[in-house]
Amino acid sequence: MNRLTPFEWITALRFLKEGRMQTIFIVTAVAIGVAVIVFMSALLASLQANFIKRVLTSQPHIQLIPPDEVARPLRQPGSGHILAAIVQRPAQRIRSIDQWQKIRDQLSTWPEIVTVSPTMTASALAVRGDASRSISLTGIDPEVYFRIVRIPDYIVAGQPRVQTDDIVIGTDLAKELGVTLADKINVSAASGASRILTVTGLFDLGNKGANLRTTFVALRTAQALSNLVGGVTTLDLTVTDVYAAESVAQAVQAATGVEADSWIRTNAQFFTAVNAQKTSNTLIRLFVGLSVAFGIASVLVVSVIQRSKDIGILRAMGTSQGQILRVFLLQGGLLGFLGSVVGAAAGGSAVVFWHGILRQADGSELFPLVLEPSLFISAVFLAVMTGVAAAAVPALRAAKLDPVVAIRG
Amino acid sequence: MADDTPVLRLEGVCKSYNIGTPVEVEVLHDIELELGRGEFVALIGPSGSGKSTLLNIIGLLDRPTKGSLFIDGQETNRLDDTAITGLRGHSIGFVFQYHYLISAFTALENVMMPLLVERNFPTDDMRQRAAGLLAQVGLTPWQDNLANNMSGGQQQRVAIARALAMNPALVLADEPTGNLDTKSADTVFELMQQVNRTNGTAFLLVTHNMELARRCHRIVEVVDGRIVTPGSASASASA
Repeated sequence: MNRLTPFEWITALRFLKEGRMQTIFIVTAVAIGVAVIVFMSALLASLQANFIKRVLTSQPHIQLIPPDEVARPLRQPGSGHILAAIVQRPAQRIRSIDQWQKIRDQLSTWPEIVTVSPTMTASALAVRGDASRSISLTGIDPEVYFRIVRIPDYIVAGQPRVQTDDIVIGTDLAKELGVTLADKINVSAASGASRILTVTGLFDLGNKGANLRTTFVALRTAQALSNLVGGVTTLDLTVTDVYAAESVAQAVQAATGVEADSWIRTNAQFFTAVNAQKTSNTLIRLFVGLSVAFGIASVLVVSVIQRSKDIGILRAMGTSQGQILRVFLLQGGLLGFLGSVVGAAAGGSAVVFWHGILRQADGSELFPLVLEPSLFISAVFLAVMTGVAAAAVPALRAAKLDPVVAIRG
Repeated sequence: MADDTPVLRLEGVCKSYNIGTPVEVEVLHDIELELGRGEFVALIGPSGSGKSTLLNIIGLLDRPTKGSLFIDGQETNRLDDTAITGLRGHSIGFVFQYHYLISAFTALENVMMPLLVERNFPTDDMRQRAAGLLAQVGLTPWQDNLANNMSGGQQQRVAIARALAMNPALVLADEPTGNLDTKSADTVFELMQQVNRTNGTAFLLVTHNMELARRCHRIVEVVDGRIVTPGSASASASA
């Protein structure tokens, strides 16, 4: 018995130590439960972080686009007449965002916005010899745009250089057209304008469709090909908090009058999948937590029965009901604590192990390792609380034992 | 508290079970009993006579249906559970037929337990007092043994030391020798008498052994829930 250790702690620890096999079994059960929770949570967080990283390094957080053109019927119904008009939606031609420079300068001062990049997108035809492929032409200011979409990270040959007569294309388009670095291709835009451009870089975005269609040219080149000199079709933004993108988009739309789409809205399906994963993970946690709680409770119920004489004698010696209650609550908390420490360590180790084993074809990691200390702290805290809560019923039963009945057995 | 205050006084104590039901039964009837300081009294009676019920009421483990119980001059009927628990811890020691030591603790820790319950933190004083009590019952060499690793007689001696830990005015012993062989029973009984003489602790000893009962200061007999011999303290009786 150490000095400065209260009666409840000494007794709870001794009871656990004496019932060593029971203690080991239930600590193991708690540890397995906590390990499953920690492993699943860490894995889910890692995969989610990986997906978000991939999504957010290949698209802007918010995209500003010009409002749709709408038809405005000139003829109005006269007094006492009803006009049954059929208004046809006009075809959407490529248009520039009105006063985009002013909007860019305005948004650049917002603290929640990190980068504003003007871009010009248009459809075109890439032609080389007899081969031609339709492409999406993206005119960019590389210095700003590459801060949003990390094309340099995906370059597999050449450089991400886009000067006036340069073009950066995907590996699959290069194969289809039979071109390589420094080769020239003829780009004809839908406007009728065409230009000979030199391939300066090849990228691989990991998606054949994207590698076939996406191309990058200088902003002024795209503007010239689209007959939209000085104009931009989109303003791409990144924000400080990616999860606040939707609220920032709404604020931008309110402030500028330009339609703003956040990555959250354009990737709604992703969030549906994440929410489904979260729900299933929560359910698994709940059921694992319940099984841990019932395990602890059953062990303590048996312990109360086994120790009823001890409890009776302690009560006869002047131990209060509160002290008996605390002895058993502490046992529940200690079982939860011991099990969760072991389980958190095991769960964390399992994630590290799988992270080391699971690799992509190129040897890079399949998912980034996300092990937040808060996950371990909350797992231990919740397990301790579960242990204490699970111990409540047996502890109350122990505290309420009639000492006469308990001693008599 | 004046020295002539009895450590125990019962006035018209009754105990009934199943109160208010058709099967209500009164097991103790109008008990009058008094124990002076330093008395060593035997409580005898046939099985089912109400001895254990009486002992539980005296030990504040149960409450009387009627009548008053005074421990060390303090009337206990109006005390709440917390006060009853405190009074029980301070003023009464228990020795049971089966020692009921806590198997998770050593002999020394079992003796320290009432002190630990009271003061919460173990101190050197506590340890010294427990060691002293174990020395008094002749168990110093076994003080670090777990209770389970000791003989029945040794365990009962540890139980006596534990009962004395809080230096109570009264020790209630419920057939403490009933489960021991003759030699061990005699050793334990002599030990209690020695404690009674040395510490002045009053003992109320429930026993079926008339030989031991006759060695007490006086005998109180319970038959069918009534005391059939006078309950007042005898003037003097020596062990």
